[in-house]
Amino acid sequence: MIESGRRVTGADEVLLGFTRAVRAAGVAVTADRARAYLEATSIVGVGDRTATRTAGRATLCTSPDDLERHDRVFEEWFRADLADPAGTPRPRDRPTRAVLPDDLGDPGTDGAGEESEDPIRAAASAREVLRHRDVASLDPAERALLAAIIGALGVRLPTRPALRRTPHRRGQVDASRTLRASLRRMGEPARVHRRRRGVRTRRVVLLVDVSGSMSGYADLQLRLAHRLAMAGPAGQVEVFSVGTRLTHLTRALRAQDPERALAAAGRVVPDWSGGTRLGETLAAFNDRWGRRGTARGAVVVVFSDGWERGDPTLLGDQVARLRRVAHRLVWVNPHRGKDGYLPVQGGIMAVLPHVDDFLAGHSLATYTSLLEVIADA
Amino acid sequence: MAPDSPATLAERLASTGYLCDEELATVAFLALRMQRPLLLEGEPGTGKTALAEALAAASGQPLVRLQCYEGIDATQALYDWDFPRQILHLRAMEALSAGGSVEEAERGLYDERFLLARPVLAALQQAPAVLLVDEVDRADDEFEAFLLEVLATYQVTIPELGTISAAVPPTVILTSNRTRELHDALKRRCLYHWIDHPGLEREVAIVRSRAPEVAASLARQVVGVVQQLRAGTDLLKPPGVAETLDWARALQHLGTADLDLETAARTLGALVKYRDDADRVKAALDRMLAA
Repeated sequence: MIESGRRVTGADEVLLGFTRAVRAAGVAVTADRARAYLEATSIVGVGDRTATRTAGRATLCTSPDDLERHDRVFEEWFRADLADPAGTPRPRDRPTRAVLPDDLGDPGTDGAGEESEDPIRAAASAREVLRHRDVASLDPAERALLAAIIGALGVRLPTRPALRRTPHRRGQVDASRTLRASLRRMGEPARVHRRRRGVRTRRVVLLVDVSGSMSGYADLQLRLAHRLAMAGPAGQVEVFSVGTRLTHLTRALRAQDPERALAAAGRVVPDWSGGTRLGETLAAFNDRWGRRGTARGAVVVVFSDGWERGDPTLLGDQVARLRRVAHRLVWVNPHRGKDGYLPVQGGIMAVLPHVDDFLAGHSLATYTSLLEVIADA
Repeated sequence: MAPDSPATLAERLASTGYLCDEELATVAFLALRMQRPLLLEGEPGTGKTALAEALAAASGQPLVRLQCYEGIDATQALYDWDFPRQILHLRAMEALSAGGSVEEAERGLYDERFLLARPVLAALQQAPAVLLVDEVDRADDEFEAFLLEVLATYQVTIPELGTISAAVPPTVILTSNRTRELHDALKRRCLYHWIDHPGLEREVAIVRSRAPEVAASLARQVVGVVQQLRAGTDLLKPPGVAETLDWARALQHLGTADLDLETAARTLGALVKYRDDADRVKAALDRMLAA
């Protein structure tokens, strides 16, 4: 961690212990950041408490959330006087890396098909049956099979016209390219070159409601979100959980393996199966992410039943704001596909006027049609 | 030349009209000392870009600015060959029917005089300089990876010419509005600082130094109102320091000596830019100015 030429002093040990504690609190502290921290503290002097704090904030943190965590650990760690490292208790040995999550999936994750005589046919027919079943009513083995199917779904992501023009067979005449080509032939006029606007990927933002009323669906919807996130380059698909508070999940879902990704997401979501304050959470999303550009021109998909404990007018206002920024707003409600469902509940009534697509989201068939809508947006 | 403590740096910045708090001064000082890029995030209008300008002015170094946007690529950030002039050069050689080998003619084409230095290369060539990479979150991921390469080595390789490296690494300031999460690898190279809105005293001082024509009492009133709006009113876009300055100047142009409800309402366009906000601010002003 430290270059060999330098002796590790008592103060360094305390500081390194601190970086470990910060890492344990959830900040991604790497070895080189820890080293930068030591360098920075040695420049400003360890005796200066405020400067040490500033150095830690500058070298160890990378986002406002990190700053908060750093400060919390800092207060605890440096309560004892730094000038007397002998009196400071040795940093406890905390795990520097989380242990690989146990298989959090259901026991039948990959055994569902193998137990029967003809695995392929059994899986194929089970798949047909599963297509239209309400996912909240599935038993663990069926859920595992469905999870595997979602993991293998073909996904297309939406595109948009790019700002720049690229050479193409048809389109407007590309004067400079045509002239350059003719120059190459010593001024002899040749083929007319054309160009048109290229194609770029369009951002997709997924807001997954993890409140209690969605508990039967949230898990599979996060799997679907993971599948979408894996389909595009980093940054094209952003995933958030909404409920009583907003949590940015994109980073947690970055792991290739869905089980690990979901386990990581489960660790960072503080309000799993909690209450719903959808209006306030959406306001937080609009303020912190949406307006700044994350949702700008994006396809925004909200997975929620619109069950709002707070004031439905706030929810309506926030959805309207979101709609004005987004390219297309898709609302997925798992209850919509059920017999006798009418959108009469206050929250969803406030939302509906501002939504481009109002889709069902309770079965595999509805998920595939959702993917179509996203791809063609 | 280089400041020897955060306090000295703060003083020098103050002499250019940029007033920063102790924490920002310390971080900027560390960035200069450790020769690391400084990544600044924060609400719009909190002086991220202005810090780079002030650093350049305080050190007497040129400021090279690279404004990022979606689709920016290496030819706009690094260098490009001046194609029309190269053609012209060839034509001129033809016209003079100058002798010489083909290699010589080709070498003549890839000469430094046909090189268009874009901001990053310009910063390396002019070093010591301050390189401002503005709104880096607007650029694409690929561009970040490319930027990373330059920031790691402070050198640029041009296949036809060779490697150009800076005699002194430039001071690099990156700003981001957090429209998307930057790549970890890029953040790892940088020191990070979140710029908050300034407190009452500091903001009054900023208004006084940036807009000296505004009377002291008016400046204090304006800042007081803005601070209350930021803290107490739920606005879509809380006004930044830039808006405070605009508003103070607008009031000054109207010859206002004492802030009253009517002038405040008329000049509100300088402060808030959303209709919903304007309504809320008007309601809040009623309360504040009446008290």
